[in-house]
Amino acid sequence: MMEETIRFKLNGNETELVTDPNQILLWVLRNHFGLTGTKYGCGIGFCGACTVLIDGEPARSCMIPVSDVAGRSVVTIEGLEDGGELHPVQKAFIDHDALQCGFCTPGMVLTAVGMLEKNPSPTREEIVAGLEENLCRCGAHKRIIEAVEDAARIKRGGNVK
Amino acid sequence: MTDNQNRTAPRPGIKRRSFIKALGGGIVLFFAPWNAIDLMALPAPQRRSLTKDYNAFLHIATDGTVSCYTGKIEMGQGIITSLAQMMAEELNVPLAKVKMVMGDTDLCPWDAGTWGSLTTRAFGPAMRAAAAETRMVLVQMASEKLGVVPERLEVTDGEVSVLGDPAVRVSYAELAQGKKMERYLEIKPAPEDYTKYTLVGKPLKHSDAYEKVTGRAKYTGDLRLPGMLHARILRPPSHGAKLVTADLSAAEAMEGVSVVREGDFIAVLSENRDLADIAIVRISAEYSSDELNVDNSTVFDHINRGEYRPNVVRNDGDVELAAPQCGSLFEHEYHDPYLAHAPIETHTALANFEDGKVTVWASTQSPFGLQDTIVMELGMSLETVRVITPFVGGGFGGKSPSQQGVEAARLARLTGKPVMVAWTREEEFFYDAFHPASVVKVKSGTDSEGKIMMWDYNVYLAGTRGADVIYDVPNARVTSHSEDRSKYRVHPFATGAWRAPNNNTNTFARETQIDIMAAAAGTDPLEFRLRNLKDEKMKGVLRAVADKFGYEPGKTPSGRGIGIACGTDAGTWVAFMAEVSVDRTTGAVRIVRLACAQDMGLCVNPQGALLQMESCLTMGMGYTLTEEVKYVGGDVKDRNFDNYSIPKFSWLPKLECVIMDRPDQPSQGGGEPAIIGVGAAVGNAIFDGTGARLFRVPFTPERVMEAMEKSEGRKV
Repeated sequence: MMEETIRFKLNGNETELVTDPNQILLWVLRNHFGLTGTKYGCGIGFCGACTVLIDGEPARSCMIPVSDVAGRSVVTIEGLEDGGELHPVQKAFIDHDALQCGFCTPGMVLTAVGMLEKNPSPTREEIVAGLEENLCRCGAHKRIIEAVEDAARIKRGGNVK
Repeated sequence: MTDNQNRTAPRPGIKRRSFIKALGGGIVLFFAPWNAIDLMALPAPQRRSLTKDYNAFLHIATDGTVSCYTGKIEMGQGIITSLAQMMAEELNVPLAKVKMVMGDTDLCPWDAGTWGSLTTRAFGPAMRAAAAETRMVLVQMASEKLGVVPERLEVTDGEVSVLGDPAVRVSYAELAQGKKMERYLEIKPAPEDYTKYTLVGKPLKHSDAYEKVTGRAKYTGDLRLPGMLHARILRPPSHGAKLVTADLSAAEAMEGVSVVREGDFIAVLSENRDLADIAIVRISAEYSSDELNVDNSTVFDHINRGEYRPNVVRNDGDVELAAPQCGSLFEHEYHDPYLAHAPIETHTALANFEDGKVTVWASTQSPFGLQDTIVMELGMSLETVRVITPFVGGGFGGKSPSQQGVEAARLARLTGKPVMVAWTREEEFFYDAFHPASVVKVKSGTDSEGKIMMWDYNVYLAGTRGADVIYDVPNARVTSHSEDRSKYRVHPFATGAWRAPNNNTNTFARETQIDIMAAAAGTDPLEFRLRNLKDEKMKGVLRAVADKFGYEPGKTPSGRGIGIACGTDAGTWVAFMAEVSVDRTTGAVRIVRLACAQDMGLCVNPQGALLQMESCLTMGMGYTLTEEVKYVGGDVKDRNFDNYSIPKFSWLPKLECVIMDRPDQPSQGGGEPAIIGVGAAVGNAIFDGTGARLFRVPFTPERVMEAMEKSEGRKV
């Protein structure tokens, strides 16, 4: 096994590790860095539980070799809080009770965060399309959509609905 | 000793002394759930399996924190909130002071498992009665301390004070100070005065939401122990296949990987999960196959060829005599396929041996059941096996069996190290105990007025839950036919309980049959149901859902695409309305609206109950439209979400839910009822919109097209 030194930004901090570059990012995050908020759900990029932000874009960490993030910025659910303050999307998920078992939640939150960075005023249809490939088995869909609508409003400076 | 006594023998678990020592002081309350729950008219199987031992259920710490111990587990259904709510209500303490300790076999009272929507309706009353009695004990202690008779004391927010002289007070925390006290309660549940409730009945959000949105919530797979190994286990290609040879050399040659074998049980382990994933595919193995000659296209013929054990559960009047006298007779057969549970968290367990004792953290709906299985399979004693349940990422019945916990324990013993077994999605599908494929045959008849006179109902493999007639029918027979393995092998793999086990199947068959009769009678399907029902609760939920929906009566098929269904589950009465739009060129069905009204007695947490209703309606769209496990013999073909399609965001219809206000009635189940009628209501809506009748779920575009072709010429 050839090992390489991989440097990237993780939750705002420059980091490096010596590893087999083919290691899957999901397991590196969970097992090397202990960032277990990123979940394994299907291993083939179909459920979105493993979603992280890479340079601000939602990406499926179960499909990505760690070498792919060299020189880039990775944000996991643990890195969303800003100075102890929850991200508006996280707050909206709590306010709207937009979760049940919570296992898909980190992936949902990060997908929504990435979506709102690109499109701060999404329509309901755009929210649905943005979340479509994230699976939730508990059936919290209705509340997740409402939470993201509200988070968008708050991020734009509005009040909690 | 009889078998019955055997099952109710006390379970030692952790020694009481060490338990109390571990708590470090305060007041510990014990009660025997048997005493309390026996009075609650539990179904016999649950009553039989309850322990008669005293169990600790409550600890009041010296800082006033109230720890509530329950063998129930949290998997998203929200009992971590609603149980705390009930406890806080009865004890008169602030909700924030209540800490739930769940699913730990060393600390918590024995419990069969978290299923059947039983937590609130069966465990709840016992817990509340025990909490109410605990409050009396604390008031008695306060009385002694303050020198005031208990009648002159009141409790507010965990503080006992003198009526009319609130300055004279003592808190629970102070009462617990410097104490190491045990009290054994004799529970005598008294009728509760719901008008005095301040917390119960109040809508509360998930108390664990902060942990879950921040990634701090620890599920089993998130736990780490020093030296922990990740395991992958060699799996057969199909159920029934037996290992012939296995070449382990390539895996054994890998650095950082160890390979263990115990008979046919072969696993690779590594501190690095990726290496374990690579090593497992380097094992080449040969299997002999023993597969049933059946697949998902032939399953219903296969079921119909079988020989079963019939059980007549209702026999009113005489169906044979009544049949020829009915003006109209209807005979139909309904089909329901295998379904996967597919929780997003796969079965996961971490096991660690220390001093001959194993601790297993597992995503399970039955920590005590898993403990028993480990004891049996590993030949250990009950005292040496502890199961702890962290957050569980969905269950739906699928985590009642917990094979992964046994695997982790076995591997931890073989390697002498902590071992994590986290199933892949493929393993999760392969080893799932699927909802069983099943057949229902219904023969029914009406008189010229549209009154149902005869009902002969035969259900194969889907049991009796939801199989009752519910309508007022003078001649009714319900027969449940169950598997008799000595005569006929039906299922090529494990089957088990899938949310509201089999009630979906039975409600689909019954409510479709009812709709067929309503259509034939030329009567509005809501009116037809109301006329044939005597059950006032059922009429109540039907009227409530129609009201919420804004239903306008009309004969079916009306072309509008509106369908109705109703039923009972887990002690709760429930009615549904669905509106669909059907693409006549493709057969694709879109559910536009789903409404549901539920009579569940006293609703402890209306917010939590509402979420469960939305959850049921959303999940129910899956078995209605797409979910069907594909397989050939014991080879499960659907092993991931690329093939097995569950509801997604774009499916979401307008959801409307009503919870009937019944504070004076005992609390009933809320985790499952609202899923039972989704299939029937949608099927009836498809008929109402197109005139096409469907007898098999899921309603795939092909089946809808086929049904529309058959119905051609019918005027809509």
